[in-house]
This record gives sequence, C-alpha cells and structure tokens, in this order.
Amino acid sequence: MSASIRTAGAGTVGWRERLLRMGRRNAWSLGLVAFLVVLLVYTSTLAPRYGVSSLAIAVLPLALAAVAQAVVIIGGGIDLSIGSMMALASVVSATAMKGQSDEFGILVVIAVLVLGLALGLVNGVVVVVSRVPDIVVTLAMSFVWAGAALLVRAAPGGGAAQWLKDMVLGTLGLSFLPKAAIVLAIVVAVIWIPVVRSSIGLSIYAIGSNKLAAFRSGVSVGRTKVISYVLAGLFAAVAGLSLTASTGIGTPVPGPYTLMSVAAVVLGGVSLAGGRGGLFGPIIAVMILQLIRDDMTFLRINSNLAVVAQGVILIGVVMIGSLVELRRSRA
Amino acid sequence: MTAATTTPRNRWLAARTWRNLLRDRPIIPLIGLLVLLVLIIQVVRPGIVNLPWAGVILRAAVPLAILAGCQTLAMLTGGIDLSVAAVASMAGFVTATMVNSPGGVAQGIAIALIAALLAGMVTGIGVGVFRVHPLIMTLGMSFVVLGLANVWQIQVVQTGSGVPDSLRWIGVGFLGDILPYSLLVFVPLALIILLGLRRTGYGRLLYAIGDNPVAARLSGARSWQVLTALYMISALFAGIAGLLISGLTNTASVTLADSYLLPSVAAAVIGGTSIFGGRGGFGGTIVGALILQVLTALLTVLGLPEPTRQILFGSIIVLVAAAYTRAIAES
Repeated sequence: MSASIRTAGAGTVGWRERLLRMGRRNAWSLGLVAFLVVLLVYTSTLAPRYGVSSLAIAVLPLALAAVAQAVVIIGGGIDLSIGSMMALASVVSATAMKGQSDEFGILVVIAVLVLGLALGLVNGVVVVVSRVPDIVVTLAMSFVWAGAALLVRAAPGGGAAQWLKDMVLGTLGLSFLPKAAIVLAIVVAVIWIPVVRSSIGLSIYAIGSNKLAAFRSGVSVGRTKVISYVLAGLFAAVAGLSLTASTGIGTPVPGPYTLMSVAAVVLGGVSLAGGRGGLFGPIIAVMILQLIRDDMTFLRINSNLAVVAQGVILIGVVMIGSLVELRRSRA
Repeated sequence: MTAATTTPRNRWLAARTWRNLLRDRPIIPLIGLLVLLVLIIQVVRPGIVNLPWAGVILRAAVPLAILAGCQTLAMLTGGIDLSVAAVASMAGFVTATMVNSPGGVAQGIAIALIAALLAGMVTGIGVGVFRVHPLIMTLGMSFVVLGLANVWQIQVVQTGSGVPDSLRWIGVGFLGDILPYSLLVFVPLALIILLGLRRTGYGRLLYAIGDNPVAARLSGARSWQVLTALYMISALFAGIAGLLISGLTNTASVTLADSYLLPSVAAAVIGGTSIFGGRGGFGGTIVGALILQVLTALLTVLGLPEPTRQILFGSIIVLVAAAYTRAIAES
C-alpha cells in the first residue's frame, strides 16, 4: 500500500550483497531475541517464581493469531477478520465438545480445522473475485464471522475435552518446558515448513513483493492469494481452539486479537507492504509484548500504562525501522 | 465529467453510462440505494417512515458521519485513521470528568479537544515526518490514548463525573421533533470538509498526495505539513464526534466509541472513497453513513436477531464495494 519504491533485483545480485541482505533480515529477529532474553532475565530478578509456562499459555492465542496475520501480510494482503474467525472456531469447538467423550473431541478438532480452512477460503475467494481491497473485504467479513459466532452461541459457555486442556496447560517433564510452547512450535512447524519449502511459499513471498513481476514469472497470483488466506484461516482456527483449551469455554465476542496481531506482525519485522519477514519474529514480538505487560504488573506500575507502553513501543520500533530504511535509500 | 457521456445519446444509454455515473458521480446511485432501502422499510412496516423517524435516523448517523469524515480525509491521502474511536471516547470521557471543575463544561470541552489535537499532532508527525505506515501509527496511537484515558480514569474516580447537560441537549434533542440539534454541530463541520476539499488548495493537496505522492512532492507540496495538519484535523473532528456520542448515549467511558471504528471505515468505503487514496469525497461518505444507519434500522425492523443482522451487514458492505470496484475497473 505504501508507495515506497525499492530498487529490487536490479540485475545480478552478488553473494556479498545477498549475505548482507540475509544478515539484515536476521538482524531484526536476532535483535528481538536479544531483547526477549534481557526481558526474561530482568523478569526473573523481579519475580523469581515467574514461570515460563504461564507466559507460554498467555501468549499462545495471540502468537497463533500473529502467525495467521503474518502469512497474509507476507502475501501482500491483510486479514482483519482473524479475531472473528478465532471466536467462531472457539464457540463451535466448545459447543460441540461439551459433555461429549474424548474421542468425539478429536473429531470436533478436525472439523474445526476444516472450518478454519473453509473460512479462509471464503475470505480469499471474495478478495480475489471481487477485486475489492483486502482490508475492506476482511473488515466486512469480520462482521459476518462474528455474527456467525453469535448464532452458534449467544453467551460464553460450552466445554472442552480434557485432553485438549491438558495439551496446553502445565509443563512437560521438567518444569522449564511449557506444553503450550511445544504446541505452538509443532503447529507452526507442521503447517508452515512444508509450505515455505515448496513453490507455494515462494509464490506467497513473490506476490507480496511484486504482484506484477510474480504474474509475469508465471505465478498464479489469485490462487496464491487464496492459499495465503486459507493458511491464515487454518492458523486462526488453531488459535480459536487454543482459546477454548486454555479457558475451557467458548466466547462468541472477538477478543482484541485482530489489531494486536497486526501490531505483533509489524514488530516482528514483517513489512506491511508484503513480501518480507517470517513467522519467527512475530512470535517473539508477541512474547515481548506480554512480558512487558507482566513486568509492569510486578513493578506495581498502573497496568493501564502497559497499554501505553505497548503503543509507544509499536510506534517507536516502526519509526526506527523506517528511519533506517530512509537512510539506506538515501545512501 | 458526465457531460461527455450524454453526447452520443441512444447507443451509450446502456451499462456504460451507468458505470461512468458510478465512477464520476457516485453520490447519485448511492442516494438511489438509500431511497430504495427507505422504500423497503416502508413496505415491510407501512407507516413507520415519517419525519420524526427520519430525525432519529439522522441523529444516529451524525456521529458516524463525522468519524467517517475523518476516515475519508485520511483515506484520500492513502492513509487510514484507526485512532478515531479511541480519541472520540477519550474526548467524551475527559469532558464528563471535568463537569464539576471550576471552569465548567467549556473548560472540559476545551481540554478534551486540546488533548485530541495533541494526539493528532503526534500521529501526523509520525506519519508525515517519520514515514510510519498510517495503519500502524494510528493503531499505536489508539493504544496510547486508551491507556492514558484509563490512567486518567483512575485519577479522577473519586471526584465524580457525569455527562454535562449541554452535551445531552445537543446530542439527544430535536428541533420541532424533526431536526436533531446535533446538526448544529454537523452542518458547519460538513461545510468545512466539503468546501475545504473542493475549494481550497489544502484540499487539492490531500488528493494530490494520495494520488501520486512522488508527483506531489516534485510539484512542491510539503507532504509532512499536509499530513500533520490532516491528522490533527481528523483527531479534532473525532473528538467533537466523541462529545456528541457521549451526549447521545448519556454515558462516558473510555471505550464508548469503539463500536464506531469499523463502521466509520465502511461508511467511507461505501461512499466511494478509495482506500488507496486520491479518489472520493465527503458527500458520498455522508450518504454512506446514512445508508449504514438505514440498513441497521431495516434489519431491526425485519425482526432479525443480532447475529443475522451482523452477517447481512458485512455481506452488503462487500457487495456494494464489489459493485464499485467493478464499475471503476472496467470503464
């Protein structure tokens, strides 16, 4: 959407330039990880009993939402219906699972994942067929999915299978390995690694980077865009399931996940213009945002200032990023 | 612009004329849609449509139209303002907490609007000078404003607060049961925006920057000044809308206007303003806000439950936006 013009792919790119570019891309993630480690150490001095598992559970839904958002934004779109899709997946799973056996719960989980794929498919097809800007379509679809969630269940309630709750709560074996973190890693790895290693992943980056160039290189732009939305729908469904698992109920009203996911994605080094970034950065960014909030609680600072801090950090980091970009383009 | 389509009379009287009409004078088909919706309401529930009813619709549409006006201005430059809801809520809330202060209501309103202007100035500098993406800048700013308003809420919780009578008067009252007093605020604001966009150099600059930022810069437009002024104007108008909303609902809360955020974007889009900038205007936006309001009334009259209403609401927004895109793309 921004009209910044990049001198991309002007002739051959030397290996040194490529290495530099790679270093630059990883520099953002490395910086985030370093920041996270500093925050973790600081938190452990503030509250020695602070468990990493509580952090992992708290960030799981937003981390998955950020992953969903990142996939779409890398592909040059934006999905403002993620929060609503999560709410829908959450109420459907909680309603279907209440009072049922554990085996039935497995069926429900599979059905909800398929539902997520279907929701993403609708989003993607409407975006591609109507040619309306992504932001407008997904904004309107957020009403549709939130309405559907209210149809399923007017008030919070329902239940979750015990194994689903056990999957995210507590730690595995030793106390420092939270289950929620393992679930997050497995889900992202199982879905994203096959995609990013295949031509589909390359196509998603390609259409996000330069739609016309991708088209002329033989990428089916429309199909790839639909796939990016389908993947986002799938991740949003998993995020909804994680909400049900961690709270034990389904809530039909969408949480603050849509806009927070955009914030986390941008903090995580994904360009809003598309085509740049990965899924690792946004996940780290979500943890940083949560840790800052927790630290301010431990310091007994007014918790509302944590919201201010999140906003200031979001603006500040993006400002630094665009200043670096500006200086680079001038140099 | 429409004159060109009337010269070859008979042959072009078909689809193409309509398409050009939709592109050049979107307000005419939009008014048609509005009239159609009103007629449907009249058919569904005969006798409901009368002047007092129109007054109620108008009264509800005024705050939405002002907030959508903020979006229109931002969208003309290729931006978006996600901070309008937070700023509006903050303005209404701050005024309500100042009701018992020595300066009275006037002082409260002045402080609220100055706070709004400050928020807009920071947003504008971020977007204009530091080139932060407007989506991120205004999203971050909405966190900051919300958090600070919450902090303020805790500061003043003991002094007591209430929506001032004068705001309730202007937010709720009717002149002769038909014309809402809020028009006293809206008409001057609307004239400023409409004439400002059409008759002043500043308005032209907004279109120019949205249409082609590079060309605008090369022809001497100082875009950072234009953008800073734009987001200050937007925040000021959002604050005024917040005062009206707080008067209309007789409540003051830091999340009061949140439900207006997405409809304000939708109203601007339905009104024919392009989210990519350079195309659109406030006239269409006003009709867009009225359409959304009448649509809500229609869905209520039909006796549909809230979830179904949301689903239809979202679907209709997509349909109208798709109709536009088609008309503009194919001509």
